Amino acid sequence: MVSETHAPVDGHHGLVQHQFDDMEQQRECFSLGMWLFLATEVMMFGGLFFAYSLYRWQFEPAFQVGSSHLDWKLGTFNTFVLLFSSLTMAMAVHNAGIGNRQKLVNCLLLTWVLGAAFLGIKAMEWKADFNVGLIPGVNWTYYDHHAEELKALAEKNIMPHHVMMYFVIYFCMTGLHAIHMIIGLGIVGYFTWLAYRGKFTDGNDQPVEILGLYWHLVDIVWVFLFPLLYLIAGFHPFQSGGH
Amino acid sequence: MSSITADESALPHGGEITPEGRIPREHYLNAGYTWQSWLFTLDHKRIAILYMVSVLAMFALGGFGAMMVRLNLLTPEGAIIRPQTYNRMFSMHGVVMVFFFLVPSIPAILGNFLVPMMLGARDLAFPKLNLLSWYLYIIGAIIAICAMAFGGVDTGWTFYAPLSTQYAYDNVALTIVGLFLAGFSSILTGLNFIVTTHRMRAPGLTWFRLPLFIWSHYATSLIQVLATPVLAITLLALAVERIFHVGIFDPKLGGDPVLMQHMFWFYSHPAVYIMVLPGMAVVSEIVACFARKPVFGYKFVAFASLAIAVLGFLVWGHHMFTTSQSPFASMVFSFISFLVAIPSAIKVFNWTATLYKGSIRLTTPMLYVLGFIGLFTIGGLTGLHLAALALDIHVHDTYFIVAHFHYIMVGGTTMAFLGGIHFWWPKMTGRLYPENWGKTAAIILFVGFNLTFFPQFILGYMGMPRRYATYAFAPEFQVLHVLSTAGASIMALGFFLPLVYLLWSLKNGEIAGPNPWKATGLEWQTPSPPTTFNFEKTPIVTCGPYAYSPEADEIEHAEEDLRQAQIDLALTKAKIEADRAKGGEADRGV
Repeated sequence: MVSETHAPVDGHHGLVQHQFDDMEQQRECFSLGMWLFLATEVMMFGGLFFAYSLYRWQFEPAFQVGSSHLDWKLGTFNTFVLLFSSLTMAMAVHNAGIGNRQKLVNCLLLTWVLGAAFLGIKAMEWKADFNVGLIPGVNWTYYDHHAEELKALAEKNIMPHHVMMYFVIYFCMTGLHAIHMIIGLGIVGYFTWLAYRGKFTDGNDQPVEILGLYWHLVDIVWVFLFPLLYLIAGFHPFQSGGH
Repeated sequence: MSSITADESALPHGGEITPEGRIPREHYLNAGYTWQSWLFTLDHKRIAILYMVSVLAMFALGGFGAMMVRLNLLTPEGAIIRPQTYNRMFSMHGVVMVFFFLVPSIPAILGNFLVPMMLGARDLAFPKLNLLSWYLYIIGAIIAICAMAFGGVDTGWTFYAPLSTQYAYDNVALTIVGLFLAGFSSILTGLNFIVTTHRMRAPGLTWFRLPLFIWSHYATSLIQVLATPVLAITLLALAVERIFHVGIFDPKLGGDPVLMQHMFWFYSHPAVYIMVLPGMAVVSEIVACFARKPVFGYKFVAFASLAIAVLGFLVWGHHMFTTSQSPFASMVFSFISFLVAIPSAIKVFNWTATLYKGSIRLTTPMLYVLGFIGLFTIGGLTGLHLAALALDIHVHDTYFIVAHFHYIMVGGTTMAFLGGIHFWWPKMTGRLYPENWGKTAAIILFVGFNLTFFPQFILGYMGMPRRYATYAFAPEFQVLHVLSTAGASIMALGFFLPLVYLLWSLKNGEIAGPNPWKATGLEWQTPSPPTTFNFEKTPIVTCGPYAYSPEADEIEHAEEDLRQAQIDLALTKAKIEADRAKGGEADRGV
């Protein structure tokens, strides 16, 4: 049933790893591998989105109250920062493809700075939450800080610990997203250094493309998180305009 | 019949140094002897061996837990350990067996070894990720062992909230970290298999020329990649709830414990198929080889694997018929659970049809596989009992459930695992195991298994709840419990024997040669043990996987019998001749 042939090993090209026949097979494998990894990420975040959907459906008014404590203006700004970093990442992939080392380094650097800015702004938001006791499990003094709101909640039959549930979900989701951002920043930083040394402009630009896929996924997750967490307070009666 | 090794039996034995046909001078096992050459290896075959050693160690640990459980149930009041210890023992048994034995057993050992070889590739697509997956497994296992050794876990392997998050005062969080890492190890294995199957098949190896082993592992990998992340996030949420004392699943804080069960079973039901599909992969290969026939209805078996994987994602709710889940949801889950029986039955029927008019040889792997088919059928049919809404209410959380899933997990997966280990042992080590000992162990295991778990069906139906340390409320259950414990000790012997003779065979086994079973798979077209890059030249595949012919095999058998008869005839003639000569001498001599 079987005959044999010599493996078309691409010997002269040191970039092809031993298990692959040629560069094309290697590129296909790397790319497919990353897409599969992204599928696992979608399923992982999916679990949290599922929990969010259930609790928001059950505790809609409480979630609106919780959401009203977020700063939607800062959130919007941050969303644009992250979207812009995806643009610079896309430009980095383009420049790696055409072999422009200097522009590649610049784009990666810009991506890193924008990503770091996003995390910085996020950290400021969390710090503000901490100051007013809105972090469940760490500093939860919502009941002391918001006596009037509690009274209003009681009139509307909204359970305060359902507001807490909103914040638990909020911190789980944005926290997991931030962990992904931190990992992304680490890799972007490392790749910037590699790009500076000319690693991706010698015919092997694919790693940048694969990093780009990851970066865009993290970006897309935020695009869903932002409206679901920041923009659901619209019509609730105790609009306090942030903290 | 000894004819299995007939291919090479003409060659001189013990030919370690003969280059062609016996053991190659250089192969993956003697490619390096330093510890670095093992711990930093990127060779999928060596990683498979690393996995084998560590998974079997975990199997022993899980087996110890089972032993404690069975011994304690010898008397209605609990024979040897306190209830708290009992809880920790069955939890350890469950956690270790599910996450550290069953899930990685066949894919990470046999799959790792065989997937690239069956595809005609030099290695998996991502050798470094493969090694990383083993390290994640080992670190996860060590953390879980520490958690269970220093304090223990008593939640069972299911970690239901709020017991696991609020009330259990043991090392739940630490165990969760271990499982989290093991989960990622499983994801990486699946990811590697999918990419390798898609992109690294040998020339001519089209999808429908793939061995069914590959189809089944592909389906398994899909589940590993898509379901395991959900377990990861569930465990993370549990850990957050437990460490920060916030409510995600705690009803006191507005959380929903049933949500936790939904998320847990969204992984853990498909995980059942992560455990059994690779067993089916092994069965397809062995049945074809030892019936000397192509697997009946190849495409049906291939697509049945995928159907099981897909439908397996839609049945998780059948673990929750007694929760607050809506009756409508339960009806849908019940219906889809019945549907899963169809592809499973297709497989069983097709394997059986493969046997029909086959030239069957009852070798050790074949005995294990026939055991699989029978026990899986019982396990599967009792699964239908449990998918039925009304009956499930009666037997929910009883030994009926325990018996049902042990028929699938031990009678199915573990039998297939042992069958596969025996079948590919010559390929992995270059040596044959002692056939008679193999058969003995297989039969002992089969007998012990049924004696252990069949009484549990009856116990469960009579109302013995699972996870109870005592049954003083119903001392009449004792006789069945004693039977079960007796069976477990026979099973222990059945597991212990292969360990002894397989290790013995490493030095003393007969040299196997490249293809002792005359099997058709690509993995048998290379020397045993294979060289580091598997194939000297990339094979070109020109036909389907099971080019067996029972008729040819019968003729071969007959020819061999004929040869043997001719030899016997010649010997007899010679003997008579000699006797006659002696007699003549005697006559004349006097």
